[in-house]
Formats: sequence, C-alpha cells, structure tokens
Amino acid sequence: MSEPRKGIILPQVAVSRVNASLARRRASERRFRTYGRIAIGIALAFLFTLFVSIFTKGIPGFFQYYVTLEVVIDREKIDPAGDLSVQSLYDGDARGIIRSALYDATGAKGRSGRKAAGKLISLGAEQRLRQAILDNPSLLGKKVAMKFALDDDVDSFLRGYISRAVPEKDRRIDDTQIEFIEKLQRLQLISYDFSDYLIFGSASRDPEIAGIKGAFIGSMLTLAICLLLAFPMGVATAVYLEEFAPKNRITEIIEININNLAAVPSVVFGILGLAVFIAMFGMPRSIPLIGGVVLALMTLPTIIISSRAAIRAVPPSIRDAALGVGASKLQTVMHHVLPLAMPGMLTGTIIGMAQALGETAPLLMIGMVAFIVDIPGSVTDPGTVLPVQIFMWADFAERMFIHKTSAAIIVLLVFLIFMNAVAIFIRSRLERRW
Amino acid sequence: MIARTFFAATFAVAALTATSGIALARDYISIAGSSTVLPFATIVAEQLGKNPSIKTPVVESGGSSVGKKGVCDGIGTEFIDIGNASSRMKVKELEYCEANGVKVTEIKVGYDGIVVANSKEGTPLVISKAELGMALTAEVPACADGSTNINCDTWVANPFKKWSDINPDLPDLKIRVYGPPTTSGTRASYAEMVNQKGYCGKEAMAKAASAARGDKKGKKCRAMRTDGAYIEAGEQDNLIVQKLQEDPSAYGIFGFSYLDQNSDTLQGAVISGTNPTFDEIANGTYSVSRALYFYVKHAHMGVVPGLKEYMAEWVKHWGEDGALSDSGMIPMPTAERATFKAAMTDLPVLTADMLK
Repeated sequence: MSEPRKGIILPQVAVSRVNASLARRRASERRFRTYGRIAIGIALAFLFTLFVSIFTKGIPGFFQYYVTLEVVIDREKIDPAGDLSVQSLYDGDARGIIRSALYDATGAKGRSGRKAAGKLISLGAEQRLRQAILDNPSLLGKKVAMKFALDDDVDSFLRGYISRAVPEKDRRIDDTQIEFIEKLQRLQLISYDFSDYLIFGSASRDPEIAGIKGAFIGSMLTLAICLLLAFPMGVATAVYLEEFAPKNRITEIIEININNLAAVPSVVFGILGLAVFIAMFGMPRSIPLIGGVVLALMTLPTIIISSRAAIRAVPPSIRDAALGVGASKLQTVMHHVLPLAMPGMLTGTIIGMAQALGETAPLLMIGMVAFIVDIPGSVTDPGTVLPVQIFMWADFAERMFIHKTSAAIIVLLVFLIFMNAVAIFIRSRLERRW
Repeated sequence: MIARTFFAATFAVAALTATSGIALARDYISIAGSSTVLPFATIVAEQLGKNPSIKTPVVESGGSSVGKKGVCDGIGTEFIDIGNASSRMKVKELEYCEANGVKVTEIKVGYDGIVVANSKEGTPLVISKAELGMALTAEVPACADGSTNINCDTWVANPFKKWSDINPDLPDLKIRVYGPPTTSGTRASYAEMVNQKGYCGKEAMAKAASAARGDKKGKKCRAMRTDGAYIEAGEQDNLIVQKLQEDPSAYGIFGFSYLDQNSDTLQGAVISGTNPTFDEIANGTYSVSRALYFYVKHAHMGVVPGLKEYMAEWVKHWGEDGALSDSGMIPMPTAERATFKAAMTDLPVLTADMLK
C-alpha cells in the first residue's frame, strides 16, 4: 500500500469525516426548512388577517336596508311640463310624492314629526322614482309599491351601530325617528337586501346611494388606453431590441435606461403627464385618456422586460430552422418567434395591467384623484378609477362608508385575481416546452 | 390581421392624444383644494349635478395651498376654476395671482370647528386653551414647570409627561394626542389658535419669554412636540377616530364633523369652559374654529358653464337646516350669509387691502 499523496485522504478517513458532519449538515437543512415554513406561515397569517378583516367588513357592504312605500304618482306633480323629459321630471316634485307616502306609512304628523320622518329616507329616492317613470311611463297616475334606500344613519341604527342606550342628543337618530322605524318594521316595510346602488350607483356623498360604477368604467377606459398604447409599443420595442438591433454602446444605454425606468416611482410619471399633456398641450384635467397614457408609460418597462425574456426563451434552433428553409429575418420573427413568445409576453402585459389597475399616485397629478359623479361616456369625459374611489371613501366621516370601502376593496381584489387567473390560464394553454 | 387592427387602434389613440388638446374645451367646472372643504364642496357639486342641464363639477383634493395656488396659476381651461381653502388667502398668495393676471373673488361658505376628543370610556378633558397649548407645543419657558432660580426667558424642550404635570386637576394620564401631519390645514389652524394665540400670545410667562426671543407674536410656538406626546396619524381623520375608539387613554385632534358622526363613542374636550357642540361653535363661544373659503376665477365666468349655478347651489344648502350643516359644517350668521350671497353676483375683486 503506497503512501497517499499530499492532499488525498484515505477512504476510511473520508467516510468517518462525512459521518461526523452528517448530523450537523442534516440539522442545518432542517433549520433552513423550518425558517422557510415560518416565513410562509407568517405571510399566510398576514394574508389571512387581511382577508378576514376585509371580508367581515366588506360583506355587509354588499347589503343595505330599504323601505317599500306605496307612492301615488300624480302626473301633474311629477311632470309639470307634461313632456316626460328629464328636465321636466327634475323640475317636478318627486320629493313631495315620496314624502307624502312616507308620512302615510309612519303616521308622522306636525312639522317636527314630518321633519324627523323626512330624514329617514335617502336623498337618492327621488332619482329612483324619476328613473322608474322614465323607464316605464305607464306608471303615471298609478299607485305603486317601490323600494327606496334608507338614509345612512337609519342603516347604521338598524345594523346596531347606534345604541339606544346612548343619550338622545348624542345619537344621530332621535327617539321620534326610532318610533317611526319600529312602526315601519312592524308593518314589514323594511328589508335588508343586496345593495344595487353599490354596483350600479355612481360616486355620491350619501353613502347609501354611493356606488362604484363610475370608477369601474373609468378604470376600464383608462386600462383600455393603457393597453392599446403599451402592448404594441412594448412588444415592438422588445422584438427590435432582441432580434434586429446591433449590439453596441447605444443599444446598451437604451437597455440600461429601460431597466432603470422600471424602478422609477410611479408618481414621477404623473408629474410628466402634468407637464407634457396638460401644461404643454393644454388638455383638460381628470380625463381617462391622459390617465391611460401616463399608466402606459409606467407599464411599458414591465412589458418590454418580460417580452424580451420571452423572446430569449425561444430556442435558437427554431430561428435557425426557419432561416435554413429560406425565411427572411422578418418572417422568422413574425411566423415563429413571436407566436412562441406570445404567452410570456401576454403574462407580462397582464401583470403590468394589474399593476396599473391598482395605481393612484400617478393619477394624483393629472387630476384623476377627484370626486366625480357623472359616469364617463368616453375617454375624454372626466373620470376616476377604483383605487381612487376606495381612497376617497375611506376618508369620509359618514359611518356607512366603512363598509362601502371594504366592499369596493373586495370588488377590486376579485378583479385583480381574475386578471392574474387569465394570465395563468393563457400561460398554461399556450405555453410550449421543448 | 389581429395585429394590424391592434396597431391601427394604437395609432388612433396616439392621434387622439395629440389632437385632443386643441379639440377639447372643458364644459364642466373643475375645483381643487382643501380636504376640509372637500366633503362640503362635493355635496354641493353632487346636488348641482342632479340638474340635467349642468354637468357635475369635478372636485379634487390636495390641500388649501393647492387650492389657492391652483386658482392663481393662470387663465384657460387647463387651470381650475375654483380653489377651496380652509385658511384665508395671504397677501403673498394674492401677489402670485396678480402676477399671473388672475382676478378672484373670495366667498366664505361657513365654519369648521377643530375638536380635541377621546373615547367615552376615557377620562373627559376639561382644559383651558393655554394649558392645551402648554401640553403640545415643542418648547416652553424654562420656569413653566414651576422651576425657580433660573432665567425664565430661556426656552426648554417641553418637559410635561402627564396632563396632571400641567395642572393637578387634569387627568393623571400620559400626554398622548393623535393629530394631523404638517401638510394639514387643520394642524396649521390648530397650532395658530391654540399654541400661538391661546398660549404664547396670552399666558404672561410665555408672552414675556416670547418677546425676549424676538418673537412678539409667538409664532415660534406653532411647532408641535416631536417627543412622542403628539403623534402624527396621517391626513385621514377616520384613522384617528378608530385609534381613539381602541385606546381610551389617548386623545385626538380632528374636524368637528368626525365628532358629530361618532358622538355615541367619542366625547369632545371642554376647552376654556365651552363644549364643542354645533351651537357653541356656530355662535362663536367655542373658539377653536376656522372659516372655510372658496376662490372663484373671474376670467372663467361665462366660459365654463355652470359657475353661477354652482355658487347659487351653495346658498341653497349652507343654512341652518341645509344639507351641509347636517354633515357637520357650521353655518355663518344670517348677516354674513347675505354679504357673501351678494358677493356671488357683484364679484368684488380680491385685493391686498381686503386681506389686511
């Protein structure tokens, strides 16, 4: 048996060393796994708390209290001009009609009694009556049962947030009103139903009739502009940089800048939008068109970077094969590389869009963080977006907005999850493995 | 094919973006400014928008300074028409207006009380304005805590840890007050009314010490404590309300409307003998309150439709029984309402003399 050379250890020694270190190495692996589990556990715990808190607060936000009243729709009263126009109905006394039905139901008498009763019902009731007549003019002159939203204070009372034990002067519902509410309850006129206002209503300072429709449509319009600008531009940039551009100093600088742009705080894009589109071009504030352009600038780097990664993941053999049978460079890219890279590009785009959907900071500068009641009909009408709506609601003093805020957050979350699910679906359906 | 339509749409959007600046004239009112005025301005805007012949005004937030600066930025539909503010325009701010050739009219719409409040489960606070200032200002004269044999004109960091250190009648609790951050108009007004005018401008020792450091008006006292006694809780008053409901030993500073909405769980501190109630603020007995304004641009009258109607809408709701008082705004006395109603039609140009 020859002497082992320097640096070489005997097999027996090696085995004993390995055996000696085995326990230590296994322990270290176990530790690492435990750390990983703890980290995931903490993350899940946070997620769980978040979801529980949002859902417990938000689910009641999808419901609200309504009162059913027998309204006598007097043609003269509601439609003074007699032409059933929007203006004529606005000038008419829808309020008086609802009030008298309310006084009948509650039995309110005298000035103070009627004033107390009048505060039970939402200001949005008039609009509902007018709309019902516009939709169905045959209601005119009839006596119909209609469901109206109750005022937010009444709603809070019925939910039990306002206690009767509190002295009368300290509550927003006085004893007379409680009497009326109890009477309506005995008559079974009050119902707790799905809140149609939340989905079909627009922004309002009356929480009982406030809804997300305006913000939702604003978000859609903004995202549509954002997608139309960012996706083609991002993909075209990625294809050019990956497939056609020469690799030199200039393209290197461009690459570095694109990567840096992805890390720029989003509010900076808002300042850019303000300086260029509003100050220089004199475009109006608060419109989804500018919002979409600003968000497109923000999502461009995300799309470019993910698209380039997707193109790079297409094996060179595909390109060689296409070139080998005589395809031109453009044909190779258009017919082979792009379709194969598309799933990756779409995933990146959807993630970028989901990010844009949740942004408020860049919109602050261009006036989209605003209270906007009218529902935008086009990209040049003033509009706001869902996260802004949530932010505004969170700040209003009226209590019912707490639930509305959480309900709106649920809608936004569902929407984001839907977008991410689409991204996963596209990837799994279209992805090809080599 | 799909790619081609997609690119065509992209070009259409790009073209629309490039040309819309020329093609679009704004036909709705654009308002920005104070977040304290916002809840009330939005109520008025929403009511106005119910009229089918007028588009609902767009109301942005941003703070009083954004409102006052924004309205003065220039003439043209890319600038706002009306700036909201919870503090009056200063001569310097008006000079900025004049430099840009902008003429504005000042309309006062009502008052807003600032309250100090805590949970009903906690100890109610009955305090004088001077004591309240002493509790939260950053620096006090060296003798304020009863020390002798030192120069009373020197200023030291606020030494009071408990409310009872200031006055034995006050609660035996650590001083912990949640309030708005420096960007807030509520904080600026509070610091001016309580720290400056209620304490350094009034209490003899602080007044003398202020004069000694060349600060006759006591403006330096506006700084709030940063040692943890005053806790900045963000611009959202609802957040402060929630914290107070959870922690009965803490107090909070916020607008009256939030106390009004939560009067079943919160109680307002009695300041210098008056309760922060609607009536006491309205008749001026409760003195920690400020006026709310908006500034309307003359050059936009008749260019942007609905400005006159918007102002008229305020008149409909700013009374004692109006929708605004129901949301916590304190109405002006009848005579003042008449003055500003007249100003809406006469449109007197705001001048530096009027601000003095």
